Parts: sequence; structure tokens; C-alpha cells
Amino acid sequence: MTDQLSQVMAALSDPIRRDMVARLTSGDATVGQLAEPYEVSMQAVSKHIKVLEAAGVVTRSRSAQTRPVHLEAQVFDLMGKWVERYRRQAEERYRRLDAVLMDMNDTDTTQREGTAS
Amino acid sequence: MTTAQASIEADNDVPLIRITREFQATPSQLMKAHTDSDLFARWVGPDGMDVEVLEWDVRNGGCWRYAARRDDQEYRFRGCFHTVTEATIVQTFTFEGMPDDVSLQTLWFEDLGDGRTRLHAQSLVDTFAARDAWLASGMETGVTEGYAKLDAIVGAS
Repeated sequence: MTDQLSQVMAALSDPIRRDMVARLTSGDATVGQLAEPYEVSMQAVSKHIKVLEAAGVVTRSRSAQTRPVHLEAQVFDLMGKWVERYRRQAEERYRRLDAVLMDMNDTDTTQREGTAS
Repeated sequence: MTTAQASIEADNDVPLIRITREFQATPSQLMKAHTDSDLFARWVGPDGMDVEVLEWDVRNGGCWRYAARRDDQEYRFRGCFHTVTEATIVQTFTFEGMPDDVSLQTLWFEDLGDGRTRLHAQSLVDTFAARDAWLASGMETGVTEGYAKLDAIVGAS
């Protein structure tokens, strides 16, 4: 499980591959279609797709001539872990917010005291 | 006093993410921390990045935009304040690296009394796959997190 997760993470560590995955969320695409927005060789694009395939993030259909690339949404069955990481990031953010609010409390108190005296 | 931890829920029926978290602050203080650009820049993150607010027009239909920077990396985010009331903010959110993906965020500050407030933050995206990819990439808060660090975190859990 952890191994697959590391593989998925490694596969998603590249911005082009992350972008490909994001684009595949709206539907299957051929290698040519996936290559369109990038200024890299078709060979490089194929290599990126092979990495995603090896990690189980995408599959290639064998039925159609164009062999469209399909996003394997069940990869995100590792969701529990993803969700926990996301939650921790949110918690980190809200701890920073706690500190800001604490400062605001101090300022409000000081102002009130200032007004009272 | 124990700090209430953020809780998160990925809805099964609608592609959204819900986060709730309690704060030792009033709803109006939370509202201020979300709408005052100087205060907002101090906490929004991502962790370890400096945030510069580029546009900040807090009114119905006003736009916001900020850049998060660390070393030579920069990530920009933008959106519009659709509706801002006393205790709610409805806004759009886009990471400029993926300009076609827009999420709809609803923030609601629930007054718990005694100077405590529960924040409800909800993000709605287009598809379940997009929602899951969003969670997986940590797009909102952790775009730049090193994946090595990430492995360590996941390994520890």
C-alpha cells in the first residue's frame, strides 16, 4: 500500500504529469491530445504517460486504435491518506490563524483598556 | 484549553470538501481575519511561503488575487468575492496554474457564544475525479510541499 502510494506520489511529483492527470479528470484523451499544450517532444510525453501507467494512475485502452489514456480514479482509493494529509495542511493553516486571532484579541483588549483609562 | 482540531469530510454524493474548525474568537474577528488583506496574508499560507496580496476588493462582485512565494517559486491564486455578509463569504477560487479549474467556496462563521466560533469552509468542484485530484495534490495549501516530506508524513500515519 505504502509502496503504491510512493509510486503515485513520485508520478505526481512532476508538474506536467500533474497537469495531465488534472486534464484527464474531464475525460479520456489520446497521447496526441495530451501532448498539445506542452513544448516538449512526443517522446517525452510518451515517457510521462509510461510513468503514470507504471504507477497505476492511468491505463491505455487496447480496443481503440488511438489507445486513449484513461485516469484510474480508484488510485484515489488511497483517499483516506490523502484526506488526512489535506486535513493536516488545513490544521497548520488554522494554527497560523489562531495566532493572528490571538494578536487581535490582545489589540482589542489594549484598546478597551486604553479607552477606559 | 484544548485546541479543537480541524475536521474534514469529503462528501459521497456531491464533489465537495467540508472543513470545520473551532476558534477562540468572535465571528466578527474571524470575518476580519478573512477580509483584512494584511491579516489574511499572515495566515493563509502555504506553510513557509510569503504571501503578497495583489488585488483585494471586499464587496459583492469584487476580486481578489494573491501570490505565494518561496525562493524563486511563485504560485498565484485568484477569485471573486461573490457575496460577503456579516458571517458568510461566498467566493470563487482558482489556482492560476490550472485556470480552467474553479471551485466555489462557502465560508460560514457559526457563533458558539463565550467568544468561540466554529468555521465551516466548503469547497465545491466540477467532478469527483477533480475533487479527488484536488485532495491528492494538496492544491489549495500545499502545492509546493516536497514530496519527500510528504512520504514521511504518510509513512508516520
